[in-house]
Amino acid sequence: MELFHNITINHYLTLSAILFALGVFGILYRRNAIIMFMCVELMLNAVNITLVAFSKMWNQTDAQVFVFFIMVVAAAEVAVGLAILMMLYRNMHTTDTTFLDKLKF
Amino acid sequence: MISEYVFWFLSFVAVFSAIGMIFSKNPVFSVLSLIVTFFAVAGHYFLLGAQFLAAVHIIVYAGAIMVLFLYVIMMLNLNKLEEEKRSMWSKALSVVAGGILMLVVVAALRRTDELNAVQAAAYNGEIGLTKNLGTVLYKEFLLPFELASVLFLGAMVGAVYLSKKDLA
Repeated sequence: MELFHNITINHYLTLSAILFALGVFGILYRRNAIIMFMCVELMLNAVNITLVAFSKMWNQTDAQVFVFFIMVVAAAEVAVGLAILMMLYRNMHTTDTTFLDKLKF
Repeated sequence: MISEYVFWFLSFVAVFSAIGMIFSKNPVFSVLSLIVTFFAVAGHYFLLGAQFLAAVHIIVYAGAIMVLFLYVIMMLNLNKLEEEKRSMWSKALSVVAGGILMLVVVAALRRTDELNAVQAAAYNGEIGLTKNLGTVLYKEFLLPFELASVLFLGAMVGAVYLSKKDLA
């Protein structure tokens, strides 16, 4: 089924899979807490693209409301997460997660 | 016809600025690349007929969340990150893990366009407008909407408490 000229739902699903995989890759690749945090945002956005594409495919508004709530959760998560990061930097003087190994067995 | 080219352009911008976000050494460049990605995603929302979401996406992400990231980076004075010492082995493993995840998702969703979806003629182009979205949000999703406000209150209290200086 074409969403618009020559572009099917699979184009959007592939794009969002690429962005999600890039987010996962970034979390595994980088060790800086701020960059890892931004990769989480990227993954949330990849899921949002999927939801909006499905909303167009099925002609339903519900998926767009879900995107709205995902944005709400992302905003709340960033507020608390960055506060934790500030605390972390104040106590450890680094944002590199390699040095946060006190819970490591 | 033109929307096809716009799709490819926005997709390339989104993917390449996401790659730039991951690989840049300077965290400020990472934040700016991610903002470019978010603008491309907002363009995709416009293409898909979700105008209200596109506007909200730009306001919330580029206007609020990324500004918060920039503030934190500047307050912590992280102009240049110290070099991360990691073995090639673990870096190669992260590439493999991300690639395999992408392949699995693409393969799982490969035949989605064969689903019997709404035909183009029956498509209502107004579902993404503020009026329709607001009707659904305040009728069917009223309880989650109110719960989101409680979530925000909790996040606000948590952020203020965590950033207090004399935290035990």
